[in-house]
Amino acid sequence: MQITPLANESDSARPAAAFGVCWSCRGPVAAASLFCATCKAIQPPQPLDHFARLGLIPGFDIQVPVIDQLYFGFQRQLHPDRFANATPRARQISQSQAVAFNDAYETLKSPLARATYLLALRGLPIDGEGSHTIRDMELLDDQLERREKLHEAPDAAAVEKLAAAARSDAAASLSEVAAAFAAGDLAAARLATLRLKYLDKFADEARNRRALLALKSESA
Amino acid sequence: MLLQIYEPGQTPLPHENEQGLAVGIDLGTTNTVVALARDQKAEIVRDARGSGLVPSVVAYIDGADPLVGEMARRQLLDRPEIVVSSIKRLMGRGAADLARLGGQLPYELGAAAEGGMARLKIGNRLLTPVEISADILRAVKERAELALGRNVDRAVVTVPAYFDDAARTATRDAARLAGLEVLRLVAEPTAAALAYGLDSKSEGVFAIYDLGGGTFDFSLLRLEKGVFQVLATGGDAALGGDDFDHAVAAKFLAERASQSGDEFSRDEVKQALATARLAKECVSSQDPWEGELMLDAGDSRHSLTRAELEKLIEPLVARTLKIAAGVLEDAGVKPDAIDGTVLVGGSTRVPLVRAKVEEFFGKVPLADINPDEVVAVGAALQAEALTAGSDTLLLDVLPLSLGLETMGGIVEKIVERNTPIPVARGQDFTTYQDGQTAMSFHVVQGEREMADQTRSLARFELDGIPPMVAGAARIRVRFAVDADGLLSVSAEESTTGRQARVEVKPSYGLTEDEMADMLRASIDNAEADMERRLLTEARVEARRAINALEAAFAVDADLLSEAERGSIAAVQETLERAMSQSDRPAIQGAAEALEHGTKFFAERRMDRGIRKALAGRNVAEIGG
Repeated sequence: MQITPLANESDSARPAAAFGVCWSCRGPVAAASLFCATCKAIQPPQPLDHFARLGLIPGFDIQVPVIDQLYFGFQRQLHPDRFANATPRARQISQSQAVAFNDAYETLKSPLARATYLLALRGLPIDGEGSHTIRDMELLDDQLERREKLHEAPDAAAVEKLAAAARSDAAASLSEVAAAFAAGDLAAARLATLRLKYLDKFADEARNRRALLALKSESA
Repeated sequence: MLLQIYEPGQTPLPHENEQGLAVGIDLGTTNTVVALARDQKAEIVRDARGSGLVPSVVAYIDGADPLVGEMARRQLLDRPEIVVSSIKRLMGRGAADLARLGGQLPYELGAAAEGGMARLKIGNRLLTPVEISADILRAVKERAELALGRNVDRAVVTVPAYFDDAARTATRDAARLAGLEVLRLVAEPTAAALAYGLDSKSEGVFAIYDLGGGTFDFSLLRLEKGVFQVLATGGDAALGGDDFDHAVAAKFLAERASQSGDEFSRDEVKQALATARLAKECVSSQDPWEGELMLDAGDSRHSLTRAELEKLIEPLVARTLKIAAGVLEDAGVKPDAIDGTVLVGGSTRVPLVRAKVEEFFGKVPLADINPDEVVAVGAALQAEALTAGSDTLLLDVLPLSLGLETMGGIVEKIVERNTPIPVARGQDFTTYQDGQTAMSFHVVQGEREMADQTRSLARFELDGIPPMVAGAARIRVRFAVDADGLLSVSAEESTTGRQARVEVKPSYGLTEDEMADMLRASIDNAEADMERRLLTEARVEARRAINALEAAFAVDADLLSEAERGSIAAVQETLERAMSQSDRPAIQGAAEALEHGTKFFAERRMDRGIRKALAGRNVAEIGG
């Protein structure tokens, strides 16, 4: 586990330690604690990665129901609604904690966001500058071709056909992402994640296009 | 010394008996309902005749206090010029929005400040929707106080899930104006789910179809072991039973036009709407309706059958189901995966609405809690949960995306819709001209790509950027949405740390000055009210300090000598004594003295902590 010194006014003079100062009782409080063990005051969020925040080991293979349960458990303790009667400071801290857990939850719950985040954590971001490979370009071409077909699609049924194809390709890419992470092949995981991202974006565009065509056929 | 340790956030307030009650209020387009919960059982506050619905109608009679509810509604047919109804539809709307709605509104618009909040001309008065809503809230607050025999000063107020930031802010301001502290703004469908979920202990995915007088909401929620998680939400803040009335009134007026021309005054339109509403309610239970439309220009006879009504409103109902389908798609949920559908809102009494919802989801919707009262029940339960503590938890989402206008009027989304709240997101921008020292921002809300098709929330400027070449400055804009769904925006230039912070309310909200003026004008004891609030806060803070100190004593009392303990006990006692009085400066002074007088204790505790940690590390190092 990574130990991060707490950002606290009186902290700079002290050696990097596994504890900081509780804002409420001014006594020592363990670095990763949500509440002061002594006075029970809620503590501000630590700069943790999303996996560590929810108490998970970083990895792609995580079941969504597990994430749900962990998230609910933390929000039960930290959500601002639990602090309606507390001091403004405690309320404000509870809000930043809830924000941090919402952020972690949103990122890890979606397979695409989780894969993207994990790759960035491992130093292989999918949209980093100068990191584009020739195979990325192939993916881009494929995306452009799909988009062209989408704009030529005459009606909602034709759009739906393209969307269905993209959905099944996305499912295949997702399996590839999982397999690549399981095998520890980050380059392959990156490429499959990038494809998944393009397909996901395409699904959005298809949805908008379908809505537009439906609108046109209604007004016609 | 008596030592009590409380769970975080559950510390009881000092002088709890001095605090007023916390109620739940459903501030509806057509009716307002207030309820109080005790031990997870909510009771609607009713009048002598057993009715819990207060019509959201206000009559402004010259030289008298505003008349709210049934009494005001009765004035509608005789003196339409002094009566306001359905004001909720105008909450958070700017003067420009209203000018656009123009002819559809049965009100005369007063002049508003440039880009400011709309004002309606009612009789001799010029009133904002916030003030009119505050009059309604004040009336239900008084009604609750009368029925409960206690002061009511805090409330959970519900808003349509689809209300944007401006409308939410306007609602909160109206409550403040009425002398109510808003514990939380809760989305109406979420409140309804809370009422049903706690009642039946159900689990699974539920669809809440909420068609009120003026708004339509559709929310998908997951209920699991006391957690109410909103998965996705959608709606139309200007679609409801009022639109049914408009369709029927238009039919009547068209029939009349053949006899008496097609020019109708605002007041005649109001009268026609009132008659249309009667006809609609009548054919929903007994078919057909026949009656007189009495206008100043003369009476005319009209009829309405259920089949005719259904033909008129069918396209409106179809629109609601299209929105529902979109929400399901957003959440990736198929209609047959839904465990239950709940009907909320008076307009779900219309048989066609029920039939269509049942057809769409393939199962009979739940409506066993009165659809007019269920939202207030949920709000009251949440008010109790917030003040007395509870195991239930509401996890809500942002209903509409938030973004900034960028070059060419294109919207850059910062927070996507259906993101769980509270949420904070940042985005970096840079200058596009050499030597540029200021940058202006336009905050918008909505799903469209072009800024002029979204709702404008605020404009602000960050200046004092040091002159640099284009693209060198780094300006970070941060959006923070709290659990009420209210947005605040800040911007910072990172090389200088120059900051700009805005509370998002200028576009059509009230400015702080306007709010202060209204508070002064509307509440005689506004200052006393404010002082009482500050006093409560000072006591809460003092209580926290004492609890923290006692907790520290329990662990580290051995760090103090007898004499030191005595001196701390003395300052603590001074604070306890001050807290039992109502002198705020004295409480704050004593709290500071406590802080000061215990500083050495805190330092010793920290030193002990360091020694322990170092010892622990050595052990760990040896052990490893």
